[in-house]
Amino acid sequence: MKKLNTLLAQKENLLSIYFTCGYPKLGDTTQVISALEKSGVDFIEVGLPYSDPLADGPTIQDSSQKALENGINLDIVFEQLMTIKETNKTPLVLMGYLNQMLKYGEDKFCQKVVDCGIETLIIPDLPMVEFENHYQKLFETYGLTNVFLITPNTSVSRIQKIDSYTKVFIYVVASSSITGAKGAISNQQIDYFKRIKAMQLKSKLIIGFGISDKPTFTTACDFADGAIIGSAFIKHIGSYGLESIDAFIGAIKA
Amino acid sequence: MKSKFQPDENGYFGQYGGAFIPELLYPNIKELADNYIQIIESEEFQVEYKSLLKDYVGRPTPLYLAKRLSEKYGAHIYLKREDLNHTGAHKVNNTVGQILIAKKLGKTKIIAETGAGQHGVATATVCALMGLECTVFMGEKDIVRQAPNVARMKMLGAKVVPATSGSKTLKDATNEAIRYWIQNPDTFYLIGSVVGPHPHPDMVARLQAIISEEMKWQLKEKTGKENPDTIIACVGGGSNAAGAFYHYMEDEDVELIAVEAAGLGVHSGESAATSQLGQVGIIHGSKTILMQDEYGQIQEPYSISAGLDYPGVGPLHAYLFETKRAKFMNATDKEALAAAYELTKIEGIIPALETAHALAVLPKIKFKKDQVVVINLSGRGDKDLEIFIKHLEE
Repeated sequence: MKKLNTLLAQKENLLSIYFTCGYPKLGDTTQVISALEKSGVDFIEVGLPYSDPLADGPTIQDSSQKALENGINLDIVFEQLMTIKETNKTPLVLMGYLNQMLKYGEDKFCQKVVDCGIETLIIPDLPMVEFENHYQKLFETYGLTNVFLITPNTSVSRIQKIDSYTKVFIYVVASSSITGAKGAISNQQIDYFKRIKAMQLKSKLIIGFGISDKPTFTTACDFADGAIIGSAFIKHIGSYGLESIDAFIGAIKA
Repeated sequence: MKSKFQPDENGYFGQYGGAFIPELLYPNIKELADNYIQIIESEEFQVEYKSLLKDYVGRPTPLYLAKRLSEKYGAHIYLKREDLNHTGAHKVNNTVGQILIAKKLGKTKIIAETGAGQHGVATATVCALMGLECTVFMGEKDIVRQAPNVARMKMLGAKVVPATSGSKTLKDATNEAIRYWIQNPDTFYLIGSVVGPHPHPDMVARLQAIISEEMKWQLKEKTGKENPDTIIACVGGGSNAAGAFYHYMEDEDVELIAVEAAGLGVHSGESAATSQLGQVGIIHGSKTILMQDEYGQIQEPYSISAGLDYPGVGPLHAYLFETKRAKFMNATDKEALAAAYELTKIEGIIPALETAHALAVLPKIKFKKDQVVVINLSGRGDKDLEIFIKHLEE
């Protein structure tokens, strides 16, 4: 609850980038993180490649598939993250699917995450009822926090409940959609952002899904504490390589 | 009192089930979970459902004493003729029911996944009947090996979308259907088996339960007996088995046999025998038994039969397996083909490749004298002719 909370308390318009571990090449995980840190990204979503990523669009699916073909697995990811534990100062958030944690062993998984210096998890297929019945306690034991997602279809009472459980930030899904860059933000989406902002929740808000460039990032920041870019970044490094990371981030922060 | 084979309020059968879905789908699942039992149990639904099953589907399906098959294996073998249903398989029992639920909930756009194409055809059929828009997701590999069903779906006015990720089979078609559902929450996901997030497994089991409901009175009429000794059904996701077992699960003296597809052999690396190869995991929103590697990556199954080519199994079946209420057996591609040829030759019935797996365990069972066995003949083999012809010489 330290690094990321401090950041959220002190800074506005936070830029977060999602990337897939082991993509484009197996060993790229740490280099992507250090390039993102150098280019001034505020926090980083570290994606664990999964065979059946239901909440992800084609770009992240493809990068996950490629990473798995490269030979990535959870043990390698944790090894990679351990090597930069001391040098990396940018908060990391781990994003993966529940079955990965289940099969690895819930306690072993949580311990490894903590060992890597990570405090926050995003598990898109972990429903609230399972969190209440089991995972809340598990995460607390390890000092971990998980991030809940809300969508345009999430009811007011459910948003309030999520707000009460949230210790870091709420992930505001920009549209009823899976991940994947979609172009401009619609008026309908803006109405939804306004509606959430007007609720005056205690939690910080980070918008994700469909944020791809400077205009969409800037619009998102009008209504939230920051935004996450995923697919557009994956697409970019897929086409232009790791050396182009600085240019990509520079264009958004400009 | 509630049966232990019915899910608890969170959709669990023992440790299996639940609804592990992204928040995006929560309102859809909640709407269905809050309403499905009430709708299914309403008189309005029952009247319409039963009338369509009778006059449109052609139920009740016969319970046929297969004399020559019985003679060969030394038991009284009855075939529950789901192959005689309209569209050629048990799948239509479920689609007729779900389309009525969809209408009741005011949904106008229907999506479905399909493996062998039987569920896709059955969904396209009821959509044509009700005048609703239909999109069916089907693995690219299955589109090739089940071409006749693809043509039928198209003729029925459905849009068939190929799933090109992963193994390009049923698992991937289901992924694509769920992704589409997430992006289009106004659609109704008409799921084809007892899989997926709660309440889908229970809803589909209830709609397939008509199979064992009929078996009960038909068997009594034919034999005077309340129960058969043994019921055999093939299991991919498990919908025909769920329907055939449903009203017998509490009668512990009825032996339930679920037959999985062993592909080239259970331990050949080319198999879909989930109960033998899987561990607890989450697939398509449900905690169940799942074929996966040590890191939880879902493995690609294999079976000659597109309908059984699935790396998971419905949570009810995982529970029946764990509690040993059902016995799980399996049959290889070769054994299934041989069983299909045998039934064709001695009974004049060409079964679906999926169904042939259930028949293929007959030589492996030692029957007692006068043992009454019901095999759920879940579908007909017209769709598999090309594969049958190809292997005929072997």
